[in-house]
Amino acid sequence: MTLDLLRFTTAGSVDDGKSTLIGRLLYDSKQVFDDQLAHVAEASERRGGEGTLDLALLTDGLRAEREQGITIDVAYRYFATPRRRFIIADCPGHQQYTRNMVTGASTADVSVVLLDARRGVLEQSKRHAFISALLGIPEMVVAVNKMDLVDYSEDRYAELRAEFEGYAEKLDGVKTITYIPLSALNGDNVVTRSAQMPWYDGPVLLDHLENVEVAYDHPGEKPARFPVQWVVRPSNGDGDYRGYAGQLASGALRRGEEIAVVPSGGRSRIAAIDTFDGQLEEASAPMSFTLRLEDELDISRGELICHPDEAPSVGRELRADICWMATDLLRPGGKYLLKHTSRTVTAVIDGLEDLLDTHSLERIEAPTEMGLNDIGRARLRTSAPLAFDPYSSNRRTGSFILIDESTNATVAAGMIAQDASTARAD
Amino acid sequence: MSVAARPQLSHLRALESEAIHVMREVAAEFERPVLLFSGGKDSIVLLRLAEKAFRPAPFPFPLMHVDTGHNFPEVIEYRDRRVAELGERLIVASVQDSIDAGRVVEETGPRASRNRLQTVTLLDAIAEHGFDAAFGGARRDEERARAKERIMSFRDDFGQWDPKNQRPELWNLYNGRINKGEHVRVFPLSNWTELDVWEYIDAEQLEVPSIYFAHEREVFRRDGMLYAISPFTELIDGEEVFSDTVRYRTVGDMSCTGGVLSKAETLEEVVLEIAATTITERGETRADDRVSEAAMEDRKKAGYF
Repeated sequence: MTLDLLRFTTAGSVDDGKSTLIGRLLYDSKQVFDDQLAHVAEASERRGGEGTLDLALLTDGLRAEREQGITIDVAYRYFATPRRRFIIADCPGHQQYTRNMVTGASTADVSVVLLDARRGVLEQSKRHAFISALLGIPEMVVAVNKMDLVDYSEDRYAELRAEFEGYAEKLDGVKTITYIPLSALNGDNVVTRSAQMPWYDGPVLLDHLENVEVAYDHPGEKPARFPVQWVVRPSNGDGDYRGYAGQLASGALRRGEEIAVVPSGGRSRIAAIDTFDGQLEEASAPMSFTLRLEDELDISRGELICHPDEAPSVGRELRADICWMATDLLRPGGKYLLKHTSRTVTAVIDGLEDLLDTHSLERIEAPTEMGLNDIGRARLRTSAPLAFDPYSSNRRTGSFILIDESTNATVAAGMIAQDASTARAD
Repeated sequence: MSVAARPQLSHLRALESEAIHVMREVAAEFERPVLLFSGGKDSIVLLRLAEKAFRPAPFPFPLMHVDTGHNFPEVIEYRDRRVAELGERLIVASVQDSIDAGRVVEETGPRASRNRLQTVTLLDAIAEHGFDAAFGGARRDEERARAKERIMSFRDDFGQWDPKNQRPELWNLYNGRINKGEHVRVFPLSNWTELDVWEYIDAEQLEVPSIYFAHEREVFRRDGMLYAISPFTELIDGEEVFSDTVRYRTVGDMSCTGGVLSKAETLEEVVLEIAATTITERGETRADDRVSEAAMEDRKKAGYF
């Protein structure tokens, strides 16, 4: 079974074809309403003369974005076909708004990276591909756009594809890359197959998005991870009830199974899986429900329930990739709040190991600090133990944010490394 | 009932689960949340999600309605009945009280509306009760400014939204840290569309106010919309009153919410009608969004819902 809800991300500026591509997807899948279309037609004619219809205007956002012709922050857009519902995280491409691109990528199942067929593999496309890989989006689509401006040339497409493949080789974490030549302006290979490119026999974009498999398609294949968010204890009458409420981050749980509680270390069995609609025999990710256990354990928010033979790592020392999102610099010794699943602790930066150049993908060893939009690897120590997995095997239990206590700002996205708890490098 | 028995609902179940997660995070991390309940379809869904998140316990927050005094009477009647059924506490913040206290000045003329005045009443009530988080039923598919908003959206101590400087919102890790006097707006239905809301109401068999179904009503046409005759609307020269079969797609004030011609008398028929519609809900029924290209953005910056 494939889930009928797909989240994908695009990135770029208003003028580089991204908005036109989204507009084309919405328009050709008949998701544009008459009043939106009338508004776009009117605005198009005002800017481009009589008879023009600029589909990019369908993704118009804030006043400042319209004025400057750029995308500043993520906009979320929705469309549906008989097969699936889609959520598009429409992201900015400029380096200065990297943090907003990371926001959009963090919840996506698929990323659609745009290349301009005339201009080749630009910095912005590379950054989006890199962020997509860093954020663990397993499925990537490389949409080679504006094919109409290179005479639908197969040679040019092959050239760009080879160039991108050279870059993508160095990216970890991407499972599949699907290349699609298209023209968003004319609609070639977006929703309908183009007669201009008979040499291309792969899927058209919408067809691919309708059929690609996403992580939740096989929830049973991953270890169960149930972070406790909230303890349900009615004070009115139902005095014996004590349930642990949360959203299953991965895997499946069954009534009667033995479970372990980490990091505190208790063991019990599942007495009931409660929902408002009644009890379940089995529940799988990403469902929200309430667990009751056979034994009385002291479990509060921030604990994680799992199967005893598939427990996550537990520790106070982490290595993680950090995407720094604040203008204040990140330096060793810095102290922050760290929010991981439903647990918030204090963390101190023990050291910076390297900084990544997103263009060359080269690592700069032992940096002294990280600035806004820098990405690098850091070592952290926490005030209380965390139960975690590497980000590459679990996006929910492998991710965290850092919060600056003095400003309350979210200053970093963190992705726990594969070798998170190995001995320190120094 | 098991999810596997209703596979056609899986996208709704995924959206439901995400929304329940959001509500529990807010309940756990904030001291004084409140749920804004208008009696409209979106906040009706919020109430069902709160039941799913917190039962068998009572809700860990009260409900609040910002009452303009210009509501459809059917909606107020529904609101009170639903709150009584749930056994939860409702706070009513009244725009009339804000007018009487001189906090706002009533607009005048045939196009007068209390829509803008609500913002002051809402912010005053949030301050008075010390609320630090307010759940709202707004969705990103409604309007272009809303498409930009975070699920948990920060408001400064003036209640203002700064759309160019929003906190990054990563994965499902919400940063609920605020200082005293600040608050957050929380939108558990951010990723739902109008059709999702109606399909969910149908799947859950939720009761909604009768004005959402086709009924005979005395109306007049203005700016391409059909307005109800009410004590809060004033005819402009040339406008004629006639009777027709209408229903409402959104529930706002009688003064700024238009009805649509419809024969949909059941939830199923409403779902079919929404699935086939070619006009957005706000475009078809809300005068408050037609003021300018950025009408919603401007109101939201000032603290509107």
